[in-house]
Amino acid sequence: MMRTSDLVASAARALRANPMRSALTALGVIIGVASVVAMVALGSGAQAQVQRSIASLGSNLLIVVPGALRGGGGVRGQAGAGGGWDALTLDDAAAIAQLENVAVVAPSQRTRAQVIANGTNWSPEVNGVTPDFLVARDWNIDQGRMFDETEERQARRVVVLGQTVADNLFPNMDPIGQTVRMNGGTYEVIGILASKGQSGFQDQDDIVLAPFTTVKRRIAGRRGRADSVSQISVKAQSEDVLSQVQEDVENLLRQRHRTREGEDDFTVQNLSSISEAMAQTTQVFTYLLGGISAVSLLVGGIGIMNIMLVSVTERTREIGLRKALGARQSDILHQFGLEAVTLSVAGGIIGLVIGVAGAWGMTTLFNLPLVVSPLNAGLAIAFSGLVGVVFGAYPAWRAAKLDPIEALRRE
Amino acid sequence: MALIEAINLTKLYRMGDETVHALAGVSFSIPQRDYCAIVGPSGSGKSTLMNILGGLDTPTNGRLTIAGNDIGEMSDDDLAVFRNQTIGFVFQSFNLLPRLTALENVELPMIYGGVLPKERHERAAHLLQRVGLGERMGHKPTQLSGGQQQRVAIARALAGQPKLILADEPTGALDTNTGIEILGLFGQLNREGATIVIVTHDHEVAGATNRTIEMRDGHIVSDELNDRSARHDANV
Repeated sequence: MMRTSDLVASAARALRANPMRSALTALGVIIGVASVVAMVALGSGAQAQVQRSIASLGSNLLIVVPGALRGGGGVRGQAGAGGGWDALTLDDAAAIAQLENVAVVAPSQRTRAQVIANGTNWSPEVNGVTPDFLVARDWNIDQGRMFDETEERQARRVVVLGQTVADNLFPNMDPIGQTVRMNGGTYEVIGILASKGQSGFQDQDDIVLAPFTTVKRRIAGRRGRADSVSQISVKAQSEDVLSQVQEDVENLLRQRHRTREGEDDFTVQNLSSISEAMAQTTQVFTYLLGGISAVSLLVGGIGIMNIMLVSVTERTREIGLRKALGARQSDILHQFGLEAVTLSVAGGIIGLVIGVAGAWGMTTLFNLPLVVSPLNAGLAIAFSGLVGVVFGAYPAWRAAKLDPIEALRRE
Repeated sequence: MALIEAINLTKLYRMGDETVHALAGVSFSIPQRDYCAIVGPSGSGKSTLMNILGGLDTPTNGRLTIAGNDIGEMSDDDLAVFRNQTIGFVFQSFNLLPRLTALENVELPMIYGGVLPKERHERAAHLLQRVGLGERMGHKPTQLSGGQQQRVAIARALAGQPKLILADEPTGALDTNTGIEILGLFGQLNREGATIVIVTHDHEVAGATNRTIEMRDGHIVSDELNDRSARHDANV
């Protein structure tokens, strides 16, 4: 019986004898494992990002927007397109605030405007909000302060800047107390928002908050009614009552707008359920990517089988000799099997390194978090080993079964 | 008891509808320390006999015992161990592994015998010195002449401390002088105690041994002692 260390040395020697061939054979597995690792890491990153960005919008949050949900899933008339524009009003917001289990209601008006400071132009989203907006969205002030209710009612010319806007308009400078110009008016910067980061491909910090009345009167222009809002953020008191509050809000608005179910001119979005659905979608996506990549691993395995069969044919005489010298069938089986497994596991380890590097590159490019679990890494190695065993088994078995007399006669 | 006891050995091959009697009932015995040749033209059954003596093949009928092992009763794994522990093969074309050095080639049977590396190296080095290649242990087969390669192969055959050395046309790939040297080496090993069987079609080679078993059509047609002293002692 052959000792294990001799078996390993023998396999390593055989693979070193044809370095180019060994490398090319392993390459199939390298590509397979690398793509599985990279794709799964990318998918997991996307999943984590979706969950993170939805969580960053605020917890226990319902967002009411004008326009009905179309059959296909899109929202019609949202953000100023078409007849749904005026459907929600400040009075709706006030009525929602009276519902049970509602913690905070924050109506807001979204628009875009050019913001100018220090000779620099910037076009962020401008949101006219009430002070409760920060509570509803779980958002904090980083520097300075938020405007208060009085300033909001009096339509003061004050703004709170998102991090991105502050960084671009006031590099190397404290923005608090500085002024910016929007639509010909001058506004004082009184606060800077804490950073929220990316939500998908959208930068949540590319935003300017101004008092709701200020935006309505001075910035958004004359589009729509004076009391219409483009969004109402409703924060429920807890996760458990979120669905109930959603139902109550829908019923209330139907009553107020005199519409029937199915003819709604508004949509209530439940971020928890959206988050769940998106997480599921990205997970399916991850499995799909991993599955497709696994096919290339399979192809790598077939490459190993091919080369091992060639190797067995080439080394028929050697196998015959080894048998004549006392190698048992199991010795030959182990030797060739180990060569295949060594190829595939070496390919797996190199593939893992390349895959992680590739995932790092892609996640950096797409601004996603890099998620590589040790479990997945271990699985990738184990799976490549399994590929070696499965695809090395047949050639090794063929080698082990060779008749030594026939094998020695072969030229 | 003799080292090899063969009683009425037969070997049948089926080739299509035809049955070929490669061995048609041969009986002989070879005592320990014998140095004998099995000769015959191709098709005489001598190669089949050698394969069976070496544990590479099993007889269809008859009884063969080698060093107490009943060849007909052994499993594949038993035969592998038997080949490793009891038989030392020497081939016409040397059959050295080109990737390995002379020393490593000699170590090969000991790897399958489970001998520890340190002991393997020492034994292999000692054997290479014994066949006169102490200076070339690190050489690959391609860096050695034919005669030197066959010496490495003989050292390898001795590595498992076998009870029987089976040589299949050991001088067939060598020029005459080198062949005589190799036969001399066999003679020397025999005088030191080895039992050696050489299979050949060459009566010159057979003449270097003590005894010639001649085969034809699966039968032993003659089995005689050679008058060795007259012909080959001078070359040893």
